Amino acid sequence: MGEAIVITSGKGGVGKTTTSANIGTSLALQGKKVCLVDTDIGLRNLDVVMGLENRIIYDLVDVIEKRCKIHQALVKDKRFDGLLYLLPAAQTVDKSAVRPEQMKELITELKQDYDYIIIDCPAGIEQGFQNAIAGADQAIVVTTPEVSAVRDADRIIGLLEKQKDMESPKLVVNRIRSHMMKSGDMLDIDEITQHLSIELFGIVADDDEVIKASNHGEPIALNPNSKASIAYRNIARRILGESIPLQPLEEANKNVFTKIKKFFGVR
Amino acid sequence: MKKRQNVTIKGTKEGLVLHLDDTCSYEELKRELDQKLSANSRTQDEKHLIPVKLEVGNRYISEAQQEELKNLIRQKKNFVVDGIVSNVITREYAERLMEENEVMTVSRIIRSGQVLEAPGDLLLIGDVNPGGTVIAGGNIFIMGTLKGIAHAGCFGNDQSVIAASSMKPSQLRISEFLNRAPDITQTTEKREMECAYIDENHQIIVDRLQVLIQLRPNLNRFEGGH
Ligand SMILES: Nc1ncnc2c1ncn2[C@@H]1O[C@H](COP(=O)(O)OP(=O)(O)OP(=O)(O)O)[C@@H](O)[C@H]1O
Ligand SMILES: [Mg+2]
Repeated sequence: MGEAIVITSGKGGVGKTTTSANIGTSLALQGKKVCLVDTDIGLRNLDVVMGLENRIIYDLVDVIEKRCKIHQALVKDKRFDGLLYLLPAAQTVDKSAVRPEQMKELITELKQDYDYIIIDCPAGIEQGFQNAIAGADQAIVVTTPEVSAVRDADRIIGLLEKQKDMESPKLVVNRIRSHMMKSGDMLDIDEITQHLSIELFGIVADDDEVIKASNHGEPIALNPNSKASIAYRNIARRILGESIPLQPLEEANKNVFTKIKKFFGVR
Repeated sequence: MKKRQNVTIKGTKEGLVLHLDDTCSYEELKRELDQKLSANSRTQDEKHLIPVKLEVGNRYISEAQQEELKNLIRQKKNFVVDGIVSNVITREYAERLMEENEVMTVSRIIRSGQVLEAPGDLLLIGDVNPGGTVIAGGNIFIMGTLKGIAHAGCFGNDQSVIAASSMKPSQLRISEFLNRAPDITQTTEKREMECAYIDENHQIIVDRLQVLIQLRPNLNRFEGGH
């Protein structure tokens, strides 16, 4: 029986889709069987970020309305040897086409076949959000170091905490710019975690490579040499239960250095 | 065998008292009240009203019945009911009284969009985040940071206070008075262990916690001390 994790934020554009794609990719790289579910009905883009857009035949609403079987709608990512699949969102209907009970049923069915179901949630707190969280066992809340994003994350956490059978949500702070944090022009990690007081699962630097990679349909996590990639891979390892200390900024070179130290038995 | 009187009128130092028996039926009581007051109507021409108190003993009188009795008495005489004394209250009312005298302790974070209400005093262990609200009939004590809205004495108690380990509210309300944060805040300022209360000019004042010892001695629940 797999685990369903919803990636949510409240505020739009903070990096839910990017985080979903990269966590999914990183988990598959770790050998887990993963299904990405795009619940942003009407505004799908997880398929684009994953580079799978051209292969969509059926979508989530087709499955829910029983126009096809789940396996017919799942798009296989050829890069991962049967470990990574995507259930795309419908583009032509609106969010009200799906009800939370139907989502729950669908996710429960997917949990039979996959180790992890990663659910990309739409922005907002309305129906689309309710659908996305309906079947989830865990939630990752994405925020950026901006007051408005943190405020919305707080609202979302409040709603998630009311959800029965859901673990306490985890936090990812995305698009960190260290120079702005140092100068005090951006909230720093401590301020954010104190405010939201949930467990911090990862911090991801603001990195142009992320945008480039998304535009090429190649999630950044596939590239082992970028800071953002290592940050996403670390989040995946934390999901798997490894305890990896958080580096102030998860930088590529630093991480390599720790590995070398470990190799020589130095702590 | 002489029938027992269900309605008796007594004159006391405090004024007239109508004693209503609590063992007969309510209908019977009304009937007798009606008769007694009609039979005994020699003060009719006097224009001024005489206040009476109703003592109903161990009978529960609902609000509708209270109105009914008041009207009945008012129609008959120049009596006017200025109080109904019953030994009985509903369980619901008793529970509310207890709640209002209790300190409700809550340990959690009040997040944006959430509202926490307490009928009496509130002790919150945790923060009130911006966009979150705490409301209490009595005082509010926050062991944590108040960044949202706190409303103490919400049923109109001016004596209520708000205290917080760290006081950075977006708005403070006590009874019907309101005070919002200045638009420009000095973030460097530490606002620790502070309280808010209403002064004699109906202004909400924020000050050191210790001023309450002088200003609100009735915060002490256990008189005499240990
Ligand atoms: N760490 C990062 N560094 C640089 N750019 C990023 C990073 N994370 C996300 N972005 C960019 O920010 C934009 C918004 O990201 P994304 O689409 O993942 O957000 P979202 O929360 O899913 O948005 P929506 O609410 O519209 O669904 C994208 O252009 C993406 O490439
Ligand atoms: Mg998105």
